[in-house]
Amino acid sequence: MADLTQMTIAEARDALRGGETSSVELTRACLEAIEGADALGAFVHKTPDLALERAKAADERIAAGDAPAMCGIPLGIKDLFCTQGVASQAASKILEGFKPEYESTVSGKLRDAGAVMLGKLNMDEFAMGSSNETSVYGNAVNPWRAAGSDTALTPGGSSGGSASAVAAGLCLAATGTDTGGSIRQPAAFTGIVGLKPTYGRCSRWGIVAFASSLDQAGPMTKTVRDAAIMGAAMMGHDPRDSTSADLPVPDFEAMLTGDISGKVIGIPKEYRMDGMPDDIEKLWSEGAAMLKDAGAEIRDISLPHTKYALPAYYVIAPAEASSNLARYDGVRYGYRAELAPGDGITEMYEKTRAEGFGAEVKRRVMIGTYVLSAGFYDAYYNRARRVRALIKRDFDEVFAQGVDAILTPATPSAAFPLGKEVADPVEMYLNDVFTVTVNLAGLPGVAVPTGQDADGLPMGLQLIGRPWEEGELLNTAQVLESAAGFVAKPAKWW
Amino acid sequence: MSIDTKTAANVAKLARIRVDEADLPALAGEFNAILGFIEQLEEVDVDGVEPMVSVTPMRLKRREDVVTDGEQQGRVLANAPEAREGFFAVPKVVE
Repeated sequence: MADLTQMTIAEARDALRGGETSSVELTRACLEAIEGADALGAFVHKTPDLALERAKAADERIAAGDAPAMCGIPLGIKDLFCTQGVASQAASKILEGFKPEYESTVSGKLRDAGAVMLGKLNMDEFAMGSSNETSVYGNAVNPWRAAGSDTALTPGGSSGGSASAVAAGLCLAATGTDTGGSIRQPAAFTGIVGLKPTYGRCSRWGIVAFASSLDQAGPMTKTVRDAAIMGAAMMGHDPRDSTSADLPVPDFEAMLTGDISGKVIGIPKEYRMDGMPDDIEKLWSEGAAMLKDAGAEIRDISLPHTKYALPAYYVIAPAEASSNLARYDGVRYGYRAELAPGDGITEMYEKTRAEGFGAEVKRRVMIGTYVLSAGFYDAYYNRARRVRALIKRDFDEVFAQGVDAILTPATPSAAFPLGKEVADPVEMYLNDVFTVTVNLAGLPGVAVPTGQDADGLPMGLQLIGRPWEEGELLNTAQVLESAAGFVAKPAKWW
Repeated sequence: MSIDTKTAANVAKLARIRVDEADLPALAGEFNAILGFIEQLEEVDVDGVEPMVSVTPMRLKRREDVVTDGEQQGRVLANAPEAREGFFAVPKVVE
């Protein structure tokens, strides 16, 4: 049998059911790959004993004959998910030593379906970042390198560890979360598929909160088919998250028919940015041509408020973060600063938060505090929420005109070097320029690898769908995936 | 609008994050860069537009107002930096 770690979820599921391999064998192969991959900084808490125990249980279930699709599949779980008895730190010092007494709904659904957790994955601290450089664990590293170069590249962020681990074959797939692009941007940087579902598809219960009106969990996988299989296993209504949608989750895999004839694909003119690299421009027009060849109608559309999405996001997300992160006060869990004689409770809060949060998290919490403070609430926060309503209206209008999906680049560039000097925080924020609109409008979006730049680095396109229509979106994504025929893998250097 | 070091110090205090005096000018500079970026929002005509409350038009579910959980003191306190006699422990709050 070929290298087990190179298998997709669909292949592994079929091989497990056919008795050609076992979950224990698959899990051992992944654990071995993880042991040899510390240079990638992807797995930050390894759980080999737990993994083998779950793999054995999965094999018994498969032998009994009624195992769900995810049964026995070895996965990595982003550190943002609370996992019972296993460190869950959101890559922050302030959650040092925290071992939840409970399991997040999404990781619990995967566990109950028989999936095997191999460990926890690196990320930007509290999911705030686009390069995985704000993590308390240190950087996650992209398994891809530019041709002829040994410069370490970012896997993107915030789900950088998830992207690195899947692209390097350390696990068959991984969970991610996406607040402004944190699944789709790293997926594009590492040549994998990343799906952000419609807001409300996945329960947020037990996932460390960043910006509650934007956060959504999703699968990061090698193929679109795998995103369909794993996505369906993660979704569904949860009474413990009042914003989770009480809607049935269809069989997305069965919806991958390959037929998109007559579908209307919108190309938004506002996504054509000044200074966009030629490689990205070319990738985008080639993607449109592939969908046209498959029978879709390509239509130029306008989303006039696109330009204001990032500034609106950088009011709304920090505002929600400042509120959500108020709970880290050194009292109930995690880190508490050493106190000096005579220090009272205010000193405890201030020192704990100064020492426990990293620079980017502090910056965003304070920006959020400022935009919510008396006198500025209307000028910043309420104005941003009005602009958000207009951004959503832009999408509502093009969907009402018969557009089925929207094709855009996933990122403004391929992966960039780690440690690159960033002049001001806003420069890093521009990474999310194509993805953040989707979170503000609550829509499903998927990044699909469709090409490589002149240096051989992967590049991806994004498809945006109508609310709750992940099945149709994934069907279009699979057509794009097949036409692009992206099969390149990073050359192993780690 | 420009944030001076005094405003930066006040924001840090409201956020309960200690910032050294020496770091305040740099912090104020970063705030100004971000707020300068955000100020583009002033160009948008938002007259008559309601601020978005929920991205999907859904009515939050109701449930019976009954106790469904509890009696887990040990698990609640399990991750506390300091717990004593069944309580979270903190420095003296009232003199």
